[in-house]
Amino acid sequence: MKERNDDFEKRREHIKKMSDSELKSYFYELSEKLVDPLLDLGYKYTSKSVERSVLLRMGFSSVEAKAIVDILNEHNLLRKGAGHCVYKVAADKNLSIRDSGIKISEGDFIDYLLEVFNKNG
Amino acid sequence: MDKLKPNIKLDIHNILKDLDKYQTKKRGWVWRKQGDVELRGFTYKQASPSLKNFVPLPSSSSLGGIDPQPDCVVTTEIASGRFEDDIRRMRMAAYHGADHVMVIRTAGQSHFDGLLEGTPQGVGGIPVTRKQLRAQRRALDLIEEEVGRPINYHSYVSGVAGPEIAVLFTEEGVNGAHQDPQYNVLYRNINMIRSFVDAAESKKVLAYANMAQIDGAHNANATARDAWKVMPELLVQHAINSVFSEKIGIKPENIALSTVPPAASPTPDLKLNLPYAVALREFFDKYKMRAQMNTKYMDSSTREATVTHVLNLLVSRLTSADIQSTITPDEGRNVPWHIYNIEALDTAKQALVGMDDILSMLELKNDGYLYNKKREIQERAVLMMEEIIEMGGYFKAVEAGMFVDSGEYPERNGDGISREIDGGVGKNSVIARDEDYMAPVTAHYGYNNIEQYSLGGNQNPSDLIDGSTFEKPEKIQFIDELDETDNVYLRLEETDKYRNSKWLKPEVEWLADGTVTVDLFFPIEQKIAQEAAILVGKNMNLRDIEVIHKEVLHPSEGTRVQIKGKVDFDIDISTLKLPEEVETLSEEEVISYVKKNPIKVIAGTGGSDEHSVGIREVLDIKHGGVEKFGIKYTYLGTSVPIEKFIDAAIEMDAQCIMMSTIISHDDVHYKNMEKLHNYAIEKGVRDKLILLAGGTQVTPEIARKYKMDQGFGRGTKGIQIASFLVKQHKAMKAHED
Repeated sequence: MKERNDDFEKRREHIKKMSDSELKSYFYELSEKLVDPLLDLGYKYTSKSVERSVLLRMGFSSVEAKAIVDILNEHNLLRKGAGHCVYKVAADKNLSIRDSGIKISEGDFIDYLLEVFNKNG
Repeated sequence: MDKLKPNIKLDIHNILKDLDKYQTKKRGWVWRKQGDVELRGFTYKQASPSLKNFVPLPSSSSLGGIDPQPDCVVTTEIASGRFEDDIRRMRMAAYHGADHVMVIRTAGQSHFDGLLEGTPQGVGGIPVTRKQLRAQRRALDLIEEEVGRPINYHSYVSGVAGPEIAVLFTEEGVNGAHQDPQYNVLYRNINMIRSFVDAAESKKVLAYANMAQIDGAHNANATARDAWKVMPELLVQHAINSVFSEKIGIKPENIALSTVPPAASPTPDLKLNLPYAVALREFFDKYKMRAQMNTKYMDSSTREATVTHVLNLLVSRLTSADIQSTITPDEGRNVPWHIYNIEALDTAKQALVGMDDILSMLELKNDGYLYNKKREIQERAVLMMEEIIEMGGYFKAVEAGMFVDSGEYPERNGDGISREIDGGVGKNSVIARDEDYMAPVTAHYGYNNIEQYSLGGNQNPSDLIDGSTFEKPEKIQFIDELDETDNVYLRLEETDKYRNSKWLKPEVEWLADGTVTVDLFFPIEQKIAQEAAILVGKNMNLRDIEVIHKEVLHPSEGTRVQIKGKVDFDIDISTLKLPEEVETLSEEEVISYVKKNPIKVIAGTGGSDEHSVGIREVLDIKHGGVEKFGIKYTYLGTSVPIEKFIDAAIEMDAQCIMMSTIISHDDVHYKNMEKLHNYAIEKGVRDKLILLAGGTQVTPEIARKYKMDQGFGRGTKGIQIASFLVKQHKAMKAHED
């Protein structure tokens, strides 16, 4: 930011009459305005780390989770959810969740996933 | 596994055994039990119950051994790079009052894309892995049982693998975590969009696990040129992380603000720090305060750091602290050593207990300087937020360099940290979720289309997979080691010689590291003193010598230099001649016995001996001598003829003679002991008298060999003599009866 002198006295004109509790309420009002767009990002987006954390919770090791996420990412499938892909293959191909994930990490069922998900849009 | 016993070392092999099957029952943060505590007639108001096993403050030896515990959780930060050695330090720390053990991560872990595994050695911290977490949690589960108070285990959820780490922490019973996306952005140059997307998921997981979350705002005052000028910004940073976290679902009582008094003396410490502390606590009263100590203005003087930290503790007591963190006073010169973790904990305990209930005696003013300054900080923070919103939000403001500017807002010096929205580690790495995006797990944040699989909104997505690892820990996959050349087994093998054996070496952080410090004064200028100190180290056969501290006492008259170095030799414990242990009674026991059974002592230095300092130490009340316990003594002076001791005892009807004998030339001390014994027999009073000899060359064995009832050597305390007297007096009485 450009250098500037302290113009606190000028800037505070509109808040200097506020009571302490009004100032505090205003502070939180502004805080919410600041964080709402950030929450929205978290709501709408995911990342490789988020997806790996999902796979950990599904019972994969960190090494397995990384391999699964990497291959799904290569094929632009993380937008569906890595856990979703593993779940979908397990359900449709009658595999356990773990077997499904390991097979995906080895390159199996990628075409199948691309096909079913693209069909659904 | 067996319970820990205070007199037996913790065996790291037991901790590692069957670790793959160990599952802690711990989840979530625990606060201390709080309430009035009565100890030795004192009432502590800001207190929590004493521990089952502990080491009290040194002065406690004169106060009945009490170890009052303050009300707030007390933190110690440990991470030497070897988790197995850190476990021993954790046990020592718990004995000194730590119930929040924070583990620092190795340099570089925040840029590692994924989880690390195994037990590689770290630098300035440990690589946080499942195995290390599990081993340390397992050890802490034992230690907390030993001290009788839950211990919160804590590390960091940051970097480009935050969500995975949060999951790992939940699975392994970690109770608290640092989580603040602003830290990633400002200090780790991790892409800001990625940081907030990851943070949302991480926080959702922390919320599920009921972990306490600590933010990263304090880093701004550690970074800014004049730390106190970022105070308005600190309020803004705290607000961003706290409100973001609360909206994701972390309970306000689990959201802790990491706050450091920004300034340190020689600034007018309290005039800068107190208004800020009040401003913060007023705005953020629904959250918790994690009071950290100042690191910004630490140099290599451990004394100076300790004073700064005591002033920080004063601020904690004048305002509030739910978690009192401690900084080791050696942090300004090296990765913390064992002894300084303990010093820092003792500093906190001593100061907090000493300032117990201070606000019942004084109050902070609601007008004048304190009020005006507090209000000014708050207004400046509000104005800064307004401008951030005007600029187009948080990301735009970071890009423009709004944060960590050295000017006090609204002043700007143009030296803030600036990051690009599409720059940094992990740029362009977030992915938009499609309409059918789904994640079948517990504690997942954001859009999750589980309805497509006929699960209703209030059902847990993990029902689809019959439970996630959070409900079914047996699903967790444990990886032991990935690196055959860098792991705990190799390290244990290297130091095996020193583990539960007869071999010993001094240590500051790692078993048998051999490091020692030497504290020197030279009557000369600094430059020369420094080189002279290194030469002293060399002549003492130290290796890897480094100057760790120097202080000018006068530009030409003198310099203090502290050096560290390593010794190359081992100590064979079996060759050490240990002094005989004198069993002592409690002060109360001695006092009450002497009250009912008066004991009189005749004392002096025997023969031709003018050394009276030692005996005065064990006689006078002022030095904690026997007089303190109600024992009356008659001091005959120095160079007392041996016969005179016995004659005086008969005349005064005394029960004991204490003869000091320092001179050992020509074995005169032995001869005097025998002479005293023989003369007592001659007078027919030997069985009515307790004969004690003391002096620097006297040992209990020698004294008894020369017919004394007991001997006392160097470093003897009044209580030891008094205890012996009481026991002996009791035995004589029983004999008479």
